[in-house]
Amino acid sequence: MLKHRIIPCVLLKDWQLVKSINFDSFRTIGHPTSTARIYNARNVDELIVLDIDASLNGEEINTEIITDIADECFMPLTIGGGINTIDDIYKVLNAGADKIAINSKALQDLDFIREASSIFGSQCIICSIDVKSIDSEYKVFTKSKGVLDIDPLELALKYQKSGAGEILLTSVDNEGSTNGYDIELIKKFKDKLEIPIILNGGMGKPEHALEAIKNGADAIAAAYIFHFSQYTPNDIKQILFDNSFNVRIL
Amino acid sequence: MGNLRSVQKAFEKVGCDAIISSDIDTIKSASKIVLPGVGSFADGMKHLKILGLIDVLNDEVIKNKKPFLGICLGMQLISKKSYENGETAGLGWIDAEVVKFDFTNLDKKLKVPHVGWNDIHFKNENVLFNNIKDEKDFYFVHSYYFKTKEDIVSSTTEYGLDFISSINKNNIYAFQFHPEKSQALGLKILENFVNLKSDN
Repeated sequence: MLKHRIIPCVLLKDWQLVKSINFDSFRTIGHPTSTARIYNARNVDELIVLDIDASLNGEEINTEIITDIADECFMPLTIGGGINTIDDIYKVLNAGADKIAINSKALQDLDFIREASSIFGSQCIICSIDVKSIDSEYKVFTKSKGVLDIDPLELALKYQKSGAGEILLTSVDNEGSTNGYDIELIKKFKDKLEIPIILNGGMGKPEHALEAIKNGADAIAAAYIFHFSQYTPNDIKQILFDNSFNVRIL
Repeated sequence: MGNLRSVQKAFEKVGCDAIISSDIDTIKSASKIVLPGVGSFADGMKHLKILGLIDVLNDEVIKNKKPFLGICLGMQLISKKSYENGETAGLGWIDAEVVKFDFTNLDKKLKVPHVGWNDIHFKNENVLFNNIKDEKDFYFVHSYYFKTKEDIVSSTTEYGLDFISSINKNNIYAFQFHPEKSQALGLKILENFVNLKSDN
């Protein structure tokens, strides 16, 4: 049986890995290579690293540091941030990434997703959607443009149709809150997509993962819990396992 | 084809120098050959053709019987044909076809691609599984799977149906999952491959 994945999702900023709260106020987690090494030693299912210097400040994608991270990862590694061209994808894959997360470029240009998935395969292309709740309606959010009048589910369906292999769905409101995932959000997405959804933002304790997966998340991503709490990825898997969900337990 | 570097560093981790090359002479001089791959089937075949590698692969793997390891798309490419975006002929080393997961007739629709950790069930013996227990999880990322009637299946995996997750035929070893991304157990497979005698 396919297992539900528990995925650390961290940000790369100024050559450090950081964790944000509501997409702001960054807190340093540690050095990229040593952090990647710890994740590998802890047998995490996968790792997502989003390069926010590249995505926000338009800096060149830091392939040097991606190579350093990838060298420590004998599990799947997804890299996102600042991916704007097919050449960017080649660069990041050559640095050792397995999958690419695309956010702003996908919003601007669906054809880019079509092209990228036809070259690299759908399994390589994750479309990332950031969501904010405005007057109890979900809207797509970008750090640079703020709230957009786009329905996240409709956008996800378009991405799927264009060849995306997975959706990384992040609740900006819940992100960094430790109050749990946005369950109403995942409920809206449940059974609507044919591609896996990685729900991100808000996990503070293992029960939150259980709630997310019960309500339709295929995988969950988190950062805070792994760095600023006593819980390990295995604690989260244990509670899922105890509730009859399939997880990889070593 | 994407994940070359991941495969190379996994070999480095198990103490083997792997060279990434599309040079015919380098491939001829190698003791073993690995064909990794992320990407589409047609693209993969196109690149093998453009780079002029099809003859040298046929010579080294089929004629000279060098140990060959195919990973993911690299497994699919050794089939006769794939139905990914139309029909594309493969290397044709195995009487096999590559087809897409189709769950339209299932009650519970499963997602495609099949992404993540899934367990494998041993079938015929495969020496690359030495020191690995049955029913362990490996990392998969694929939308298409390999179908063959040849008696070469060394493991299957369940995802809506039991599909072939690895094969072994003589000097040819191929895995639908990614050993290089499957942590300790995946590295064990690569180590077993490195330790194969090259003259068998």
